[in-house]
Amino acid sequence: MSVGALQAMSLVLRRELCLSFRRPDQLLQPLVFFLIVTTLFPLGLSPQLSLLRQMAPGVLWVAALLASLLSMDGLFKGDAEDGTLEQLALSGQSLAAIVIAKTIAHWFVSGAALVIMSPLVAVALGIPVTAFPTMLLSLSLGTLTLSWLGAIGAGLTVGLRRGSVLLSLIVLPLAMPLLIFGANATDRAIAGDSPEGAVYFLAALCVFTSSLAPLAATAALRITLE
Amino acid sequence: MWTWFYRLASPPYVYRVASAFTPWLLLTAGIAIAYGLIDGLAFAPPDYQQGDAFRIVYVHAPAAWLSLFAYTTMAVSGAIGLIWRIKMAHALSAAAAPIGASFTILALVTGSLWGRPMWGTYWAWDPRLTSELILLFLYFGVMSLRAAFEDPARGDRAAALLAIVGVVNVPIIHFSVQWWNSLHQGATVAKFGKPAMDASMLWPLLAMLLGFMLFFGAVLCMRLQGEVLNRERQASWVREAIKA
Repeated sequence: MSVGALQAMSLVLRRELCLSFRRPDQLLQPLVFFLIVTTLFPLGLSPQLSLLRQMAPGVLWVAALLASLLSMDGLFKGDAEDGTLEQLALSGQSLAAIVIAKTIAHWFVSGAALVIMSPLVAVALGIPVTAFPTMLLSLSLGTLTLSWLGAIGAGLTVGLRRGSVLLSLIVLPLAMPLLIFGANATDRAIAGDSPEGAVYFLAALCVFTSSLAPLAATAALRITLE
Repeated sequence: MWTWFYRLASPPYVYRVASAFTPWLLLTAGIAIAYGLIDGLAFAPPDYQQGDAFRIVYVHAPAAWLSLFAYTTMAVSGAIGLIWRIKMAHALSAAAAPIGASFTILALVTGSLWGRPMWGTYWAWDPRLTSELILLFLYFGVMSLRAAFEDPARGDRAAALLAIVGVVNVPIIHFSVQWWNSLHQGATVAKFGKPAMDASMLWPLLAMLLGFMLFFGAVLCMRLQGEVLNRERQASWVREAIKA
């Protein structure tokens, strides 16, 4: 029985989501980390709302970057260790399609979960409600882009024993433009300016990485798997 | 016609070529840099705005240019190694990485020394400076990724892929002064039409640029010899080459 590429993608996607919902602690840990990191800033800097509001976009974005990096390490690792990844690579399906499905599943459980959590953190940091739509949109685009970048890094470091620090070293420089435009969009929305320019940039980065990163991540996996 | 290209895949040949080129590159680099330094530091007229402080351009601009050139060299030879599976291309890529990182550090340090009297600060979070800093981090990432693999062939190919991914940063650095309103000054030499610099200042700069290129080639050849010897240390020709 032959399985089409789309069907294979949806099967992998369903399997990934099912696996992550069966291990809720792994799902929750990055989210709790996100909460704790954002709590550190008001404690360490100043609980003054006027000051916090200035720092809030940066704090939110840095915490989101670090939190999604935490889970990035596991994107291919579990499947590589028990041999599933090799089976998937040998299945005759395009490896790129499998990488795309796995990355999107990863974004659902890490990036999208962070986006849903972000209003809670935003209120605590004094971000006005009027800035929420921009913040949610920019965070969604940003975390998806980050998942694509992370897929490249995870593909390159999957065979390594201490790959997680290296993964951050590889992905964070590539993610810096994301931080600049993401924080800038949120910042402008808080100030009441039009955030469109920065949001368009984020959308462009998202499209760019969505189209090229799967190829790079697939090539990375082929290097580390063989 | 392509035999010279095929022969570059052979380690002993690469080793011999690199050893033969090294002294000539060093000599010409020395001449060009000596001329550039003497003419640039002693004879070129002071800038009407920046005075004598502008003279650091003779180190800063070539270093910054070479930081990009070395990255491109590393990425292109990495791509050649990935596509045609040429081991020597990976050796060249590995040899270029630390040199490029050093040029990046040199560009950042001389830039901040220049920034202190001109901008009033050692560092500004300006697009050109930030993207150059990202370039340094990319060099570090490529170098540590290569070192992290126990199987050197796999490390080579992983590092090459990361270098290719990082190439997106190169045009960003180059065009950052045009795309964003930057504190960093715009292009003065590499633009169409007449350069925005007097010939008396320009000649030493071009000489320094040529000298830095030759110096990069010389160090690259020296590091390449080391890479080849290390990679081929089991081969019998290496024993003979070291004895000789």
